[in-house]
Amino acid sequence: MPKVTIDGHEIEVPKGTTILQAARMIGPHVAPPTMCYYSKLKTSGGYCRTCLVKVTKGSAQNPNPMPKPVASCRTEVMDGMEVQNNTSPDLLEARRGVVEFLLINHPLDCPVCDQAGECHLQDLGYQNGAQKTRYEFKRREFEKIDIGKYVQLHMTRCILCYRCVKTCEQITDNRVHGVVHRGDAAEISTYIQNAIENDFSGNVIDVCPVGALTDKTFRFKSRVWYTKPMDAHRKCENSKCSGKVRLWFKGEQVLRVTARKDQWGEVEDFICNTCRFDKKKKSDWEIEGPSPISHHSVISANHYTSLNQAKIDTLKHQRALGFIPMKKLDDK
Amino acid sequence: MGRKLLLHNQNVPGINTLEVYRTHGGYASVEKALKTMTPDQVTEEVKKSGLRGRGGAGFPTGMKWSFLAKPEGVPRYLVCNADESEPGTFKDRWLMEKIPHALIEGMITSSYALGARLSYIYIRGEYFYVARILENAIKEAYAAGWLGKNILGTDYSLDLSVQVGAGAYICGEETALLESLEGKRGNPRIKPPFPAVAGLWGCPTVVNNVETIAAVVPIVNEGGEAYAKIGVGKSTGTKLISASGHINNPGVYEIELGVPVEEFIFSNEYCGGIRNGKKLKAVVAGGSSVPILPTDLILKTAKGEPRLMTYESLSDGGFQTGTMLGSGGFIVMDEDTSIVKNLYTFARFYHHESCGQCSPCREGTGWMEKILHKILSGKGTLQDVDLLWDIQSKIEGKTICPLGEAAAWPVAAAIRHFRSEFEAYVKNPASIKDVHHYYRLHNLAEA
Repeated sequence: MPKVTIDGHEIEVPKGTTILQAARMIGPHVAPPTMCYYSKLKTSGGYCRTCLVKVTKGSAQNPNPMPKPVASCRTEVMDGMEVQNNTSPDLLEARRGVVEFLLINHPLDCPVCDQAGECHLQDLGYQNGAQKTRYEFKRREFEKIDIGKYVQLHMTRCILCYRCVKTCEQITDNRVHGVVHRGDAAEISTYIQNAIENDFSGNVIDVCPVGALTDKTFRFKSRVWYTKPMDAHRKCENSKCSGKVRLWFKGEQVLRVTARKDQWGEVEDFICNTCRFDKKKKSDWEIEGPSPISHHSVISANHYTSLNQAKIDTLKHQRALGFIPMKKLDDK
Repeated sequence: MGRKLLLHNQNVPGINTLEVYRTHGGYASVEKALKTMTPDQVTEEVKKSGLRGRGGAGFPTGMKWSFLAKPEGVPRYLVCNADESEPGTFKDRWLMEKIPHALIEGMITSSYALGARLSYIYIRGEYFYVARILENAIKEAYAAGWLGKNILGTDYSLDLSVQVGAGAYICGEETALLESLEGKRGNPRIKPPFPAVAGLWGCPTVVNNVETIAAVVPIVNEGGEAYAKIGVGKSTGTKLISASGHINNPGVYEIELGVPVEEFIFSNEYCGGIRNGKKLKAVVAGGSSVPILPTDLILKTAKGEPRLMTYESLSDGGFQTGTMLGSGGFIVMDEDTSIVKNLYTFARFYHHESCGQCSPCREGTGWMEKILHKILSGKGTLQDVDLLWDIQSKIEGKTICPLGEAAAWPVAAAIRHFRSEFEAYVKNPASIKDVHHYYRLHNLAEA
């Protein structure tokens, strides 16, 4: 089995593993960010260039470094390969460049975007972006395109990751949308205003890293951080659907249903449109419990069982460390 | 007078017909290869010849052929890249238009060497009339038994087909070409796998430029060693150069590699000097994507040696003081040319032709065009020039295919060698309005 060293961490991985997968095996602190790669979709990745890494040693047989940074999501590891991700200043500079390119034509309308709070581009921009834009020209704009009953396409926000195209190609019977035009005029579109209608079309919402494809049944209902995610399941009639979902509650009301996402923001199982759009009553589901959400996420604020309890715990803790005088706590 | 191997018969009347082409020694390489040589021997001759890809990258053709995977029971393909779209390059069109059978003969011989039973010529959409010329020539070749089943009574059969593209520069990139040939959107593929392993329809494929394939004909006829004697060092043989710009005799020239650049520009045999007695300002030596060089660096290398028309000499000094032979699109600019305006034209082209697949190229090419437009509108600042430099450095080497580099290199070179011109436009916007060279170019009365 080939051994690869990424940012000084050595790991042995099965043959055929990509650098990105190996880095994810080591952990989130060395894994490069991804915007277009999706482990559940074949041939995805390679487009956004955010996962570029520097290969300082090609392999044990051929120790020469690779001349250019490579897309870690599409490059397989070789035995003895040495890779730099966060430890290479040039590479981080190159990545900042890529992030800047992704943002120059993005509308930055996060305050009114439904994806805000769970947007990969927002996170990427926060981690790598500059304080100020150097782009001073008119940004690319498109009319909103209606692509059916459930999904809204807002092309202005799209970063052309091709994930939705690959999703429809690989998990539905018939892809009716794709990329039309070229260069920075390229857009995701259905040809001649077709609607995307099939049992699994809702999954394009989950795979979209930005707010280009949003759920019409959830649009402007709530900010995601005011909803509380719970894992739930039901026995789905559709044999291709696992019925394992995440319900987003506001009070007792289910505002939306999505697939469950793993720590890399990728869905665990694709779900059908019936589960996603039609089963919005608590009684439709068997609830398993609160969803595991990364503590970095804005959504995790909802996980305190009792906010008062948390406050008291915090104060106790602080008092124990000597930050707050005893008297003040007793006043409460 | 240098030797000519490809264009020596270009002025023979009727050379575009099979009959005349045959009387001038045409299809001899097919006879020689099929009757007296094994496919491996043909490849060996090409290796010995030192022939390098004429499309731009200059990769040794024999080596490319020997990389072709040859699994049992899987078809192999030879695809001719006739999607010649680089601004300033028009040599392939000339060759196909004048002597279409030279390409077809080369295709048969090369396909035999590679064991391909079905080969394609992928030609750009704008060359539809050339595609018709080729189709007629292929029809003639089929009728005379040079194509089809059991060529010359041997057990080798070959079908050849012309596919017309739809007018995208990006389809000249070999994997985008294969996608387009398969009927898909012409997006470059992510490599590896390389076409030699999985190309057209997942089968091993060799993609070669028109001129490269045509050069196989003299190599087989006269032997690889004889071909290797022409030229200098690793730049062997002859090369077609598309000379354009402010010169007295623009056109396609076949040169022996190794001709000094100075001789090529000023000798009457070739370009014939600068038009209207003007002075030389700059040269783009290998098609619009290669770095532009000012007079002192194009005529002599940084070390002071005369620069020759070879792969090595032109790239001497790297990108700091050198350029590339590229596809041989030799664009000469006289003293009246505005480098910034010229660069804007190039930038607009690459913006228009970016496929939009990967972010640096999709967004960066448009951004650079907009900044250049801003400078040319008289609203530029000195920071814009630095920003242009920064953008090009962030595109170069970060993209899937070489189009990103093709867009970045001209910008980098123009700023590297002609920064003062950018600064002059920024500091004195009125100077942009000097449009004399525009009027001269279009023979208009000056307003």
